[in-house]
Amino acid sequence: MNRFSYYRATSIADAVARAAEPDAAFLAGGTNLLDLMKGGISRPPLLVDVTRLAGLDEIAFLADGGVRIGAMVRNSDLAHHPRFARTYPMVAEALLAGASAQLRNAATTAGNLMQRTRCQYFYDTASACNKREPGAGCEAIGGATRLHAVLGWSAHCIATHPSDFCVPLVALDAIIEIAGHAGRREVPLEEFHCLPGETPHIETSLRPGELIVAVRLPASAATFASHARYLKIRDRTSYAFAVVSAAASLVLGGNAILEARIALGGVAPKPWRAHAAETMLAGERPGGEAFRKAAAAALEGATPSGDNGFKIELARRLVARALSLAAAGTPKRVEALPASVFAQSSGVTHHE
Amino acid sequence: MDVTFVVNAARHSVSLEDERVTLLDLLRERLGLVGTKKGCDRGQCGACTIILDGRRVNSCLALALSHDGAEILTIEGLAPDGELHPLQAAFIDHDALQCGFCTPGQIMSAVGLIKEGQAGDDAERVREGMSGNLCRCGAYAGITAAVLEVLRKIPVARQA
Repeated sequence: MNRFSYYRATSIADAVARAAEPDAAFLAGGTNLLDLMKGGISRPPLLVDVTRLAGLDEIAFLADGGVRIGAMVRNSDLAHHPRFARTYPMVAEALLAGASAQLRNAATTAGNLMQRTRCQYFYDTASACNKREPGAGCEAIGGATRLHAVLGWSAHCIATHPSDFCVPLVALDAIIEIAGHAGRREVPLEEFHCLPGETPHIETSLRPGELIVAVRLPASAATFASHARYLKIRDRTSYAFAVVSAAASLVLGGNAILEARIALGGVAPKPWRAHAAETMLAGERPGGEAFRKAAAAALEGATPSGDNGFKIELARRLVARALSLAAAGTPKRVEALPASVFAQSSGVTHHE
Repeated sequence: MDVTFVVNAARHSVSLEDERVTLLDLLRERLGLVGTKKGCDRGQCGACTIILDGRRVNSCLALALSHDGAEILTIEGLAPDGELHPLQAAFIDHDALQCGFCTPGQIMSAVGLIKEGQAGDDAERVREGMSGNLCRCGAYAGITAAVLEVLRKIPVARQA
């Protein structure tokens, strides 16, 4: 790890002012940043510690029916918050499907959005990587690519976004609240992460010095509570990043789907919302045929970036399965193995 | 850069000459508490698990400067001298170790798991909750049995 300067911010304005220094980084849970710094992948000259800022660790249920999650709310506190988990069950399930209990106790809401890809070529400083060093090339292309992207990738970068948490958040129209020199602004999560194109080193729409202060879910997000699931295929049953993951949720009325939300993880450089598949399901009868068609639409345009063509069919099947389980009903409690396709029980409805 | 910690109920003030020091390094190199192990040093193995302000975390990914003033419990502070914590006794009874390197982290993680109160006495939830602690000897069956035994002895009301 390189030496760095350390500064403990006393207010949001103070943090933003200090982080204006080139290449400064905010320190929150540190679970990804310290790992990156130990590996020499990130070399910030200044860490601005935001862990003591007042008011960033609150979960507030809003008068308009939405919820505001402070940037410093720890993953475990959010996942186990009774009202939050009951209202946004697929968010809780995704949180509990990520990392380990120790990491979830430290990792924060904003930190999850800001985490970097786990592409092994990005992590290996001996490999060329356009994210680490713009213009250096990408040694992942033509390399070991089993876990790389099948959607949204470019000839300059084929890395995936590793988050579980962001997948249901993007499906539920999450909004990111950002503080900067010029005041506050908001960005929909769907527009927060950038596709690589020719500039894979630009990963988010944050401007230098800007700090995420909260993630908000609109009132509509709560309407999916009774039919919502997150499923994750991984190489180990627990404590592994997604090969492919899917968030699926439905509003059912009579014999028809009134509204659907679908997003995918592990397949693209950003949490991937499947709008076309959602539109296709509106007005349909819930069932295998409709779900398979929607799943096909969700993967429309997918192409392998290497030895990962299997992920396309795997993702289609996972989307169809997540939709089926969502239709059967949200379990009373997150399964013992969160988001696992090997879970024993499912579909015990607790909402009407 | 002076930092102060309460480690195993004892107050320690330490002067840091290097901002890079993690809680793991502080415990081992500055306070001589080497029960907390450095396995991967990258948050992947769980050998460095401690209880930090009441929660289990990987001490290798916690910057000492950021946690100035924190209260820490390590394996050394778990039971008075000459006595075993119920988890330590259960690990012995169930052969929940071979080489022992991961054991302090396993036990501190189990302390955290019991405190969190989410596992009940469900073996699957215990395995899931302990998945952040790797054991290269493969003593997982014994570890799960040991944690379950302690969970079953403790009234649910006291777990959380």
